[in-house]
Parts: sequence; C-alpha cells; structure tokens
Amino acid sequence: MRISEKEIETSSPFGGVRGGVDLVIIDYGAGNIQSLKFAAKRLGYNAILSSDAEEIRLADKVIFPGVGEASSAMKMLKKTGLDKVIPTLKQPVLGICLGMQLMCDYCEEGDTKGLGIFKAEVVKFNNGLKVPQIGWNRIFDLKSKLFEGISEQEFVYLVHSFYVKECEETIASTNYGVEYTSAIQKDNFYGVQFHPEKSSDAGEKILKNFLES
Amino acid sequence: MLTKRIIPCLDIKDGRTVKGVNFVNLRDAGDPVELAKIYATSGADELVFLDISATEEKRKTLANLVRRVAEKVNIPFTVGGGISSVEDVDILLKNGADKVSINSSAVKNPDLINQLSAKFGSQCITVAIDAKQINGEWMVHLVGGKVPTDLNLFQWAKEVEERGAGEILFTSMNNDGTKAGFANEALAVLSSALKIPIIASGGAGNMQHFTDAFKIGKADAALAASVFHFKEIEIKDLKEELRENGVEVRL
Repeated sequence: MRISEKEIETSSPFGGVRGGVDLVIIDYGAGNIQSLKFAAKRLGYNAILSSDAEEIRLADKVIFPGVGEASSAMKMLKKTGLDKVIPTLKQPVLGICLGMQLMCDYCEEGDTKGLGIFKAEVVKFNNGLKVPQIGWNRIFDLKSKLFEGISEQEFVYLVHSFYVKECEETIASTNYGVEYTSAIQKDNFYGVQFHPEKSSDAGEKILKNFLES
Repeated sequence: MLTKRIIPCLDIKDGRTVKGVNFVNLRDAGDPVELAKIYATSGADELVFLDISATEEKRKTLANLVRRVAEKVNIPFTVGGGISSVEDVDILLKNGADKVSINSSAVKNPDLINQLSAKFGSQCITVAIDAKQINGEWMVHLVGGKVPTDLNLFQWAKEVEERGAGEILFTSMNNDGTKAGFANEALAVLSSALKIPIIASGGAGNMQHFTDAFKIGKADAALAASVFHFKEIEIKDLKEELRENGVEVRL
C-alpha cells in the first residue's frame, strides 16, 4: 500500500487497517539501514525500523538487513529474541548482505550457527583476489520473480568478504574467482548478497519486485 | 567479474560544493545533491564527498548533507574530512553514508582504525593516505600534503590493512593537480602488497590515465574531481574507452 493511502501512524503495533505497516526493516543495531528506508520511500513505500516482534509479525513485508560481523550480529539477534521470530515469519522476508548470510545454516565468520532457513554454508573468499569484494559485479542464472524485468548479467553493488556457496535454493549467481550465490529463495524467504538500495535502477527494480510480491 | 570503479570526488564546504563545476543544466551548481544525482545517472560507480570546512557547526551540516544525499542517490557514497572519532562515524552512517574515509586522525591515533572496523565492519572504513615521493622514498603527509610525517607509505598501508581498513584511498601529492597521470608505479606496489582494494587518486588528466591506473597501477578504482566537474571527461565515454582497452567496467 502506498504512502498516500496510509500514513506512518500505523507504526503502532496495534494500529493500521490490517494491524501492520507496509514494510518493517528489522533494526538490531546493524549497518546502514537509513538508505534502505530512503530507497523504499523513493518507491512510494512507508518503512519503519523496528525490533519489536509483534510489529515485525504484523508487517506486510519484512527486510532483514545487516552489515558487520556475523557472530556479533547473531548475538544481538539472540539478545532481542529475534532469532526465534524471523524463521517463523509468514510474509515475504528479504535478507540483505549479512542478513541473507545469517539466514543460512552456518557462517564461517566467527564460527556462527545461522538461523537455518536456507540450507547453505557461508565461507570466506579464498582465491587470491582482493577481499572484501567491493564494487559492481554481474548476476546471472536468474530464477525468480524477484528478477522480473532484470536482464541476465545485470550489474549490482556488492561489499562482502564471505559468500554463500551455491545450493539448490540459489536463484542468482555471481562470479568472483568462484561462482557463488548472490540471491537465494525458500518459500516466503528471499536473500540477496548485493545491496539493492545501492544498485542504481536495477536495484530499485528488484526491491520493487520484492515489495510488490 | 568485478568491475573497476570510477569515482568522482566532490569537495564540500559548509554543505556546498566548493570547486567550480561546469554543469549547465544544474539548477544549483553548488548543491552537492544535484551534482550527485547527475553523476549517479551518468554512470559513476560511487561518489566521495570530502568535507573541507572546519567550523563548529560542521558536523551537523555534514550529517544533514549526508541524509539529503542518501534520500536521493541510489549508488554508494563515502564521506571524508575531519572525521576523528567513533561518534563522528556513527552519526554519518546513521544518516545514510555507506562508507567513511579517515586520514589524519588515523595517523595520529592508529587504534581508531581498529575501533571503527570492529564497531561498524571493515567494509565501511576507508583509510585515505596522502603521500609524496621525496628522494625516492614515498612518505605519508598530512593536511593535504603540507605536513610531512616519518611514516613510509607502504609500511603505513600494510599497518592500515592489518588494523582492519576495508580499502585504501591513495593520493599521490606529486601527481595531484598535474593532470599528468596517476602514480602508477607506487599504485602497483601497493596493490600487489595488499589484499584490500586500492583507490587511485591524483593526476587524472585524460582517459588513457585511467586505463594506465588500472592496467599498470593495478588499481581497483580511480577517483578524480576536476576532469569530471569541468566535463573534460564524460564518464560514459571514459567507460567505453576502458572497455575497449580490456578493462572491465559497468556500462
């Protein structure tokens, strides 16, 4: 639903027409989430930042962001109980960057057990190339409606040192010395390694596809 | 394959761009947000905002600018200039900056690099190094090359990496402003010695200079200001030439 139809007062967990807001960006102290909020706003969506379980459960869509280090991010999730909330969500959920990595079974970074939503492992780049990978790289083998209107080999912006290995749930791949998962999906859960909010027009389109899913 | 990045740099004073720019279609040539939007649509891969103001009001003005840029621009941007504490960085990142760049404060207090990368992650911490070649040795300088230190460029860069920086922005003071090309020899040594990405800065005058910075200097990204601001080089033309020369770019 658009901003014009429903204003921000529905950020109350008990407010709103259906009891929830358009989009909740999970706020657990990780990363640059302001940019995501602005990107959603550019697309006409009201986003609120929240760490409140009820507010998150009631949202139309949920984004699980994250940059930083895996084990400390997981500690923050556990502290707030969000580690139990996220895997039980029923609406479309999009993990971005570290958010996506934490939704996997296991992260090598800090020897961290993930949320186990995606049956995949997250390991460090170890191929003689620069780490972190910073910049624009291509996505290919696109297999989801998340990429509707997006061409094979489109460029997206990535910043990361660890990557999700390719698996059955992979819906887009990228090559950085190794071919790895740059997007993943299981049921209502999506994950992207790149930053759609920073990936120019293509990123905005992918974000729009998610918000309209 | 990861592409090489082209990064225009905007000098900011009191929330406005300082160096003259030659964009006729700009409503307000001094508005960094307008300029940033144009660069974002013309193919720039990232932007750097370098704040050179030094007033008390500075931090607040800069945070407001960062917020306005983040609202309007859908490519990544880095903010630098006078950042000296965890609190400074926290404010800028919370307002929507993707990365921050620290320079003098890292030399004065190297532990700041460790603190910042531990708190915010390496990926958003760029360490800028200004260096000048004196009697054959590359020495780190502060205050835009005016104040020499006893630090060797390559040793300092290695230390910066070990302390957790995500990338290095290397400006050669010998080349800066000359329009005679980047310091490719030093760049190549840096890039081969370090595992983190290196951004080349200082000396861009023509398109061949960028090809050289990537092919000879092995840089991961190249930053320039006046050649872009005065439209001596269009980013799209530059990227087409780079691609013809076998350099992978986003086009």
